[in-house]
Amino acid sequence: MGFKKAKYILKQAFQGIWRNRMMSVASIGSVAAVLVILGLILLIVLNISNITLITKEKFDEIYVFLEEDLEEEVISHIGKEIRSLDGVFSVAYETKEYALEKMKEEWGEDADLLEGIDNNPLPNSYIIRLKSVDNAEEVIVKVENYTGVEEVRYYKDVIEKLVSTSDFMRTAGSVIIIILLLISIFIISNTIKLTVASRKTEIELMQYVGASNGFVRGPFMIEGLVLGLIGSFIAILIVLNTYDQAAVYINDKFSVMLSVYIVKPTVIVKDIVIIFITIGVGIGSLGSLVSIKKFLSI
Amino acid sequence: MLEFMEVSKFYKKQQVAVKNISMKIKKGEFVFLVGKSGAGKTTLIKLLLKEINPTSGKIYYDGNDITKLKNRRVPELRRRIGVVFQDFRLLPKMTVYENIAFAMEIVGSSAKNIRREVPTVLSMVGLSSKANNYPDELAGGEKQRVAIARSVINKPQIIIADEPTGNLDPETSHEIMKIFTEINKRGTTLIMATHDRAIVDQMKKRVIELKKGSIIRDSEGGYYNGL
Ligand SMILES: Nc1ncnc2c1ncn2[C@@H]1O[C@H](COP(=O)(O)OP(=O)(O)OP(=O)(O)O)[C@@H](O)[C@H]1O
Ligand SMILES: [Mg+2]
Repeated sequence: MGFKKAKYILKQAFQGIWRNRMMSVASIGSVAAVLVILGLILLIVLNISNITLITKEKFDEIYVFLEEDLEEEVISHIGKEIRSLDGVFSVAYETKEYALEKMKEEWGEDADLLEGIDNNPLPNSYIIRLKSVDNAEEVIVKVENYTGVEEVRYYKDVIEKLVSTSDFMRTAGSVIIIILLLISIFIISNTIKLTVASRKTEIELMQYVGASNGFVRGPFMIEGLVLGLIGSFIAILIVLNTYDQAAVYINDKFSVMLSVYIVKPTVIVKDIVIIFITIGVGIGSLGSLVSIKKFLSI
Repeated sequence: MLEFMEVSKFYKKQQVAVKNISMKIKKGEFVFLVGKSGAGKTTLIKLLLKEINPTSGKIYYDGNDITKLKNRRVPELRRRIGVVFQDFRLLPKMTVYENIAFAMEIVGSSAKNIRREVPTVLSMVGLSSKANNYPDELAGGEKQRVAIARSVINKPQIIIADEPTGNLDPETSHEIMKIFTEINKRGTTLIMATHDRAIVDQMKKRVIELKKGSIIRDSEGGYYNGL
């Protein structure tokens, strides 16, 4: 393809976008909306999987977090009480200092995040192993009622909840995204139909003169592609910014401890960019194809 | 080089556009298609350009049945046929020069060729002085001459004109016919659908008359009404 032809195709494509600005904006907006929603769902699912992965080892353990500043006796009393329960296989005591050490080890490179913490925020705890997971409910209810017990955490429950939430998000998300995808393909194809209609004479003429199909379709394909591309750029900016801020927010408002469970923003940038651009361009091209197939079949 | 074999075209609801058309057109011929409105002239032209496909029959162009031509090969067919319409179909945002050059760009001619060919063709149709005018600034006859220049620019073997003088006064029509005659003399086959009795009678070329989609007359050196 010569330089002149390429120039013509590009010029027509951008003229088309400009001529129907309102529809172009709507198209870009719809692509961006689909991708933003897709991004949110992806990130939530991704984070849930991450949490699941991190906490998997603690799967069949019950964590009993104790209140601050308990007397030694109270602590050992609680230990005895737990040991005497039916269904308990073993009980281990873990001091807050040991817990922090362990955490530093787990975090590896990211451990310097913890240096900023003045006093150890972690609690003293008992870690219960069960004879069988069937006893879990019973043990938890009893242990929760002991004086001096701040919180009982049973990761199996949490994980199961997370996994089912994640599954639900995935299914519901897929349905929503497919609907939104179809809507934005529809909006783009309508935008392009307008351009096709406004250039009808020219297109007919080109076909009579013997323009190749590619040459006739080129501007419309590019138009759809550009709309999709702009939409995906906007979505990338929105999603990455929002995620960045969410991560900072969680760090600030909650605790550094929580943020270790969050997938780091820098890790996802490349994937988000690739996924969004691919889908954006896909929606755009498909939208053009749909409208061109109808209008420009010879 | 062009042959219709028992070609019929029905639109929906059994509406007959052309019926059982068989005809041969040789290279270099000048042929008028005449007949009342709705007789099927435009339909024949569309069939030849493969804008529509026949319901039945075969259309041979240089030995190939174009009814079997794949869609993506249609541009090649169209490049060998120049078309002129009653309503000129010039692109309003392009100058005369650009309108013609555009037809060359579309088929991928080099800039050098374009610079050489466009002025030559413009001078053939007598419009060298209007090269930089826009279609809006031209009279009907001039617009049609631009359209003719555009139709010959890629050196097609056939020129098809569908009522090219339909919007023009007799004198201007005469001018246009002179250009067509000149093009035909250089070896290009010319097929022209028309209602213009004066022109047909004066040119004394082959006349094919259609009525309700069928050929009712095919006479060499004929007149508009037959004789
Ligand atoms: N797209 C179409 N759908 C249905 N019927 C059509 C279509 N195009 C043409 N026809 C019908 O086919 C018949 C032949 O039409 P055609 O345009 O070939 O006539 P024509 O000889 O060119 O007439 P005119 O001199 O008015 O241009 C007419 O009856 C017309 O109504
Ligand atoms: Mg007609």
